[in-house]
Order: sequence, then structure tokens, then C-alpha cells
Amino acid sequence: MASISCYHCGDSCDSAVVYLNNNAFCCNGCKTVYEILNENDLSSYYDFEDAPGKSPKEIKGKYDYLDSDQITEKLYDFKDNKVSVITFYIPHIHCSSCIWVLEHLNKLNTAISTSQVNFPKKQVRITFDSSGISLKTLVILLNSIGYEPYISLEDTTKKKQKINRSLIYKLAITGFAFGNIMLLSFPEYFQTDDFWLEKYKSLFRTIIFITILPVVFYAANDYFISAYKGLRHKILNIDVPIALGISVLFLRSTYEMVYDVGQGYMDSLAGFVFFLLLGKIFQEQTYSFLSFERDYKSYFPIAVTKIKGKMESTISVYAIKKGDRLLVRNNELIPVDGVLISNNAQLDYSFVTGESLPLDKKSGDKIYAGGRQISGAIEMEVLQTVSQSYLTQLWSNSIFTKGRPSAIKNLTDRISKQFTIVVLIIATLAGVFWYFKDAGSVAQVVTAVLIVACPCALALSAPFALGNMLRIFGKEKIYLKNTDVIEQLSHINTVIFDKTGTITTAQTNILFQGSPLSSEEKVGVKSVLRASNHPLSRMIYSDLKAVDFLKVEAFKETTGKGIEGMVNGDTIRLGSASFVGAKKANHMQTVVYVSINGNAKGYFVFENSYRTDLDKLFKKLASNYQLGILSGDNEGEKDTLKSLLPKGTTMIFNQKPTDKLKYIEHLQKKGQRVLMVGDGLNDAGALAQSNVGLAIAEDINVFSPASDGIVDASKFSQLERILKLSKATLSIVKMSFVISLLYNLIGMYFAVTGQLSPIIAAILMPLSSISIVVFVTITTNLIAKKKMKHDKYHIF
Amino acid sequence: MGVIYILITVSLFIAIIFLLAFIYAVKKGQYDDAVTPSIRMLFENKSTKNNQKPKSLDK
Repeated sequence: MASISCYHCGDSCDSAVVYLNNNAFCCNGCKTVYEILNENDLSSYYDFEDAPGKSPKEIKGKYDYLDSDQITEKLYDFKDNKVSVITFYIPHIHCSSCIWVLEHLNKLNTAISTSQVNFPKKQVRITFDSSGISLKTLVILLNSIGYEPYISLEDTTKKKQKINRSLIYKLAITGFAFGNIMLLSFPEYFQTDDFWLEKYKSLFRTIIFITILPVVFYAANDYFISAYKGLRHKILNIDVPIALGISVLFLRSTYEMVYDVGQGYMDSLAGFVFFLLLGKIFQEQTYSFLSFERDYKSYFPIAVTKIKGKMESTISVYAIKKGDRLLVRNNELIPVDGVLISNNAQLDYSFVTGESLPLDKKSGDKIYAGGRQISGAIEMEVLQTVSQSYLTQLWSNSIFTKGRPSAIKNLTDRISKQFTIVVLIIATLAGVFWYFKDAGSVAQVVTAVLIVACPCALALSAPFALGNMLRIFGKEKIYLKNTDVIEQLSHINTVIFDKTGTITTAQTNILFQGSPLSSEEKVGVKSVLRASNHPLSRMIYSDLKAVDFLKVEAFKETTGKGIEGMVNGDTIRLGSASFVGAKKANHMQTVVYVSINGNAKGYFVFENSYRTDLDKLFKKLASNYQLGILSGDNEGEKDTLKSLLPKGTTMIFNQKPTDKLKYIEHLQKKGQRVLMVGDGLNDAGALAQSNVGLAIAEDINVFSPASDGIVDASKFSQLERILKLSKATLSIVKMSFVISLLYNLIGMYFAVTGQLSPIIAAILMPLSSISIVVFVTITTNLIAKKKMKHDKYHIF
Repeated sequence: MGVIYILITVSLFIAIIFLLAFIYAVKKGQYDDAVTPSIRMLFENKSTKNNQKPKSLDK
């Protein structure tokens, strides 16, 4: 049978195909969405993209807490009696169909007045009449068409942040000033003693002077502030010579204009500030759809259901007290540590540990916060409050409250220290020399030296080189937080990996060990598995290759133990060793035993599958870096890893989240500069402590812990290249430093000999800046391409 | 040559208007999301009721 894909969500319809209007649907959920959209005249949804939708999830009771005003109060952007405005984050937003349907929500409910999508941020801002539709109904409505908003604890704690657009204002004003001043300065460049020019000179100069004021006092104020701060901490950062240059340019030009000595250098000044601000903007590459600052709050729910006697009530997560009884529904997160009261639970800790197999828990077991319950509703008793739970405790570590020590000085600042000192020495020497030769022109020469020494090209090198590399990485699904990360990456000498989810994939290999199953037995086993909803059953089911299905009789599922059923008169049992009556094998991995008619046949082993090219990557890295594996799991995979990875790779198992952090700290104390590669919340501490923390994400849209960069899992094997490119970028920055110093040298010649006319300054300044920008942009693109080709060569 | 006063005043005036218009637009958040409007403008405002049935039957 050719595979039919669902008209709504595009999944292949394996088991049950539902037809409506000649369109195939994989499930009733998808069909229902289609019906809703069709009835409301919204079926254009399917015209823009093929199969744009998503099957709605079962959310019974999940959003009951939205009825409580106390809890939802902070979710609104704005609310009064009539109008409410709320912004939802909807991870599923991915195509033009999504935008279209979400902006036509008013067709589904008249109480919704407008809705506007912000596509890069995957947000929709909905204005609605709260007397016509409640927040809960609105969320349920969104879910019913497959767009479930993601509401987490973080939404209630975040402050309404103001977007800072001042850099754009500054750039606009400076651009305006740059253009107009250039225009008005032009007549005087040619120094004709025209009657015409004489007449209008003062007018031109007055306008120039007025135009430059907002540039110096508003647009450039960041440089003065930063220079002042630097000096107070006794650091000569790059902003010190910049601020010095700006003030000297401004004062000298003002003096020249007022006393009619010359036309001044206001055009160079405006151009200088303009290029600097451009560099600043270029450096600020933001990935608005990603967040690098997430902690457990982005994962945790806002409210939970508390049970008191027979009453269910919704309480805020922060109001959970020790001894409370909580109801955790299917697919909800365990918010705090506690004891399981219900008989059985299956908890998926994948976003904490990266482990994709769910854990079985029995009544009385301790369950830790962060797991997702995936087999029906459970009850639990609370042992710890939210902030004191095993996982969340990690965030009370000082690394999260204080942040990394800011001792990291970047390359530009280190260079600028020497640069400033040299410039000051040259200015003094030139001043002394001219004092003896021609005392009248001392001030002129000294200021000229300070003007040409303005490190415009120098200050632009790093922003453009690193900014461009950041963009190149971004195109390859390697998203770094900012340009400093590239610089930090170039200093790395130790790379530490998390195991589960980082060097292993989410997929699991299923192996069968024991006496091989005949094809009839396989059919039998698969038929029994078909009836079970247990995640492990589903996985073996989709892995087993058997074509037929037979009728299963007397199917019984004993939660936490296993399943059994009769096929063709044979009793087939799958589950734990004691359940099927098999001898327990000495295995550290997850194992499912099989027995037929009481005879133990063997077991299915769930093995981690390692990422492709893992051994190649480690081999490449091993020559230059010290490597290590830091795992929260047991030592079950130690031997496999040993055979896979180069000798000398440190392997440490059974690490708690805080242990990981401590280990990184320990390495750093020994002087190592550590790159941590992790994926789950349990790596969050190590990611924050390390010099650079990179998070590996199978799906960029799913949350990953706070880090310096998020790398798409498909690019995992590129890690070595990322490190190499970062190093190469830094060399480019150094090269462009040399070039810009050459420009300064040429300018210095004019300055020291007292020939720096406004026109030379006006040519030299943009020329040096633009050529540096061109140089770094071209070279960074080149090395990125070359390194890519190099890699291809290796593969083939 | 007094005309140059007028010319400069007019040109500066126009330039300032553009500058203010730009700053106003940024302030209103018109540049915050540069992607969605570019997709949105391609949507047709047609009433989909009439041609929706045959289209889905075709598939």
C-alpha cells in the first residue's frame, strides 16, 4: 500500500485513514481541525502550504488554572473591563499558512477583535473582549486548530521588557548629520577664495556646528560613558582613544570655526561616529526566535492541581507546600520532588537528562521534579518546594546569580591599551619637537596626532569580522549568543561532552538477544505489542519487522510489569524478568524480556545510538584538545564508549547536575579553558560555569537550557570546524589590526609634519574604515568556504 | 544669490522631516518585525467561500 500522507499534518497515515471531502487524514484530530476551518470559511489555510497543520493535543483540564484571575493576571499585556491584549508564544508557527490562519482568528470567534503574528518570534498578539471569550476558552480554541500556546512559569515572572531602539535613533541622526555636513563642507575643500564662498562660509559653518551637536552629545554618549567607566576601573579600553578622538575633533573644529582659522573636521567626526555605530549594529546579530537565557522556569507550569479531600483546586507553583497532594495529568510536568501515591507512573526526563526512554515508577517511589508524566493522571505527595527540589536547587548556585567573572577582556581592549599609550607618547614627542621648532603650532600638531590616531578602523575590525562570522554560523544552524563567544571559542583547550542526548541521538537501537524469534513468533509478539500503549511497546512495535497481524485474545496489561496475550493458542508475555519468568540478565540498559508459553526466549535491549561521525569528530579533536565525557548515567555504556573514542578521553559517570558544575570549575582552576557541550537541564550548571557552553538541540524550537550557543543536532559533527573557524576569525581580526595601524601610520605622517588638512582627514577616515570592512568581510567568507570544502574533501 | 538661503532651508527642512518620520516609524515598532509583513502582504483578501469546494475536490 502506497503511503498516504495526511492532508492536514503531512504525517503518513499508517493505521487508520479518515476521509472527508476526498482528503485523507491520519486521525480524527486532524480531521476535526479541517472541519473547524472549513466551516468558518478558513480553508485557504491549506492553499499556502501543503499540510501546514498539527494534530491538536488532548488538553482536558490542563488549562483549568486559566480561570483563576490571580494566576493569569501577569500573563496579559494589557487588560481592562472591555479589552484584553495577550501575547502567546506558539512553537508550531512555521509557515505562511500559520500566519494567515492566526490572523483570521476573528472568524472563529467574534469576541476576538484582532490578532497579529510576529513570525520570527513565533508569537501572536491577540486583542479580545474578555466578556465575550475567557482566556481559557481562547487557549482551548487555539489548541483546537492545532496551535497550542506555550505558557510556562517564566511568563509570569518576566518583566515587561522594553526594546531598546536607541542605537537605531543614534545611527539615523548621525547618518543625517554625516550627509548634510559633508555636503556643506564640500565647497571649502577646494579653498577657492571666491567672493561667493566668503559670503556664505559663515552660514555653512553655523549649520554644520548645529548639526554636529546631537552627534557629539547624544549619538556618541555611549563611548564617553564607557571610556569613563573604563578609566575608573583603570582599564584603557578601546572607547578611551575613541572618546579622546571625538572630543579633540570636536574642540579643535569648534575653535577653528569660531576664530575663522579653518573649516574644521566636523565631516570626519560625523563619518567617524557613523561608522562606529554601524559596526555596533552589525555586531548585534539577534536570533529573536531563540533564547539563550532559559532556566527551569521556561519548562515549568504556572499552576498545578492540588487535591484536598475530594476537592480539586488550582494553586500557583510557588504556593506548593510540603505535604500537599498534587494531581499531575497526562503530559504534565512534575513540578516538585515528591512521593508517588498512585500505583504507577511513567516519567519522561528527556529534557532534564536527554534520555529518551521513560522511567517506570511505582507507588512509594521518590519522583523528582522535571519529569513529564506520560501514562495517565497520577497523584503525588510533595516533599520539597519548587526552589528546593533536586533539579531547581542548581539555580541557587552563585554562577547563576552572579554570572561569570567579567575579567574576560577581549582582544580589541588588549590592543587598545598599548595603542593608547603609544599614541600619547607620539603626541607628546611631536609636541616637544614642534615646541622647539615653531612653538605656535604645538597645539595644532598635537591635536592632529590625536585626530588621526582615532582608532576607527581598529574599532571596526572586530565587530565586522566577528559579526560576519556569527552570521555565517547562523546560516549553518549554529546559533551563538554574541560575538564574544567566537573569541572565547578560539581560546578553548578542553572539550567536555555530556553523554545522553549530546553524543547519543534521541533514537534508540533495539537489539534482540537470546534464541532468535521465528517469523511466526515475531508476528505473535508484534500482535501483542500492538494492543499496548506503553512507550517501550510502541518502540519495539515500530522496530519489529513483521507483516501480518493475528488476533490477540485475553490481552492483559499489568502496569509496571508487562503485557501478555494469547496468539494462536500461544501465551506471549513481554515485560520485566520476573513477569515473564526469565532469568535476570546483568544489563545496565533498559531491557524487555519475552517468553512464549512460559519459555524465556530472550530480551530486547534498548541501546543508545551514537551520533554519526562521533568517532571521527573525537579523533579530529583529540589532537588539539583534551576531551572528556561527563555523564549522569551509570557506567553501562563505558566499554562501548571506550572502543569508540580515542585514548585519553576522560570518562566520568554518575554525575549529579551540581557535580558537573563542580567538575568544570575544578578543570578551570587547573587553568583549562573549557568548552562544555550539553543538552539537558541537568547540564545547565556546567554550561554556565564553562568558558563556553554550547547546547545541542534536536529541534531548535524546543527549549534548550541557558547557554552561549545553540547548535542544531545535525551540525554536531561540525564542532571541530566551529572551533577552527573561530580561531581563523581571530587571526583575521589581528591581520586587520595590522592594516588599520598602517593607516594610522600614514595619517601620523601628515599629522606630525603638520600637514593634516580637513580634506586629507575626510578622505583617510572613510577610506580606512571601508577598506577594513571590505577586507574582513571577504576574508571571513573565504575561510568559511575553504574550511567547508576542506571538510567535504575529507568525507569523500 | 539670496536664493541659496531658501534652498538650504528647504532642503534641510525636508531632510529633517524624513529623519523625524523615520524615528517615528522605529518608535512605533514598525521595524521590529521585518519578516511577517512581507509574507502578510501576499495574502489575498478574497472570499474563499466560492472557490474552496472544487479545489479540495481536485486533490
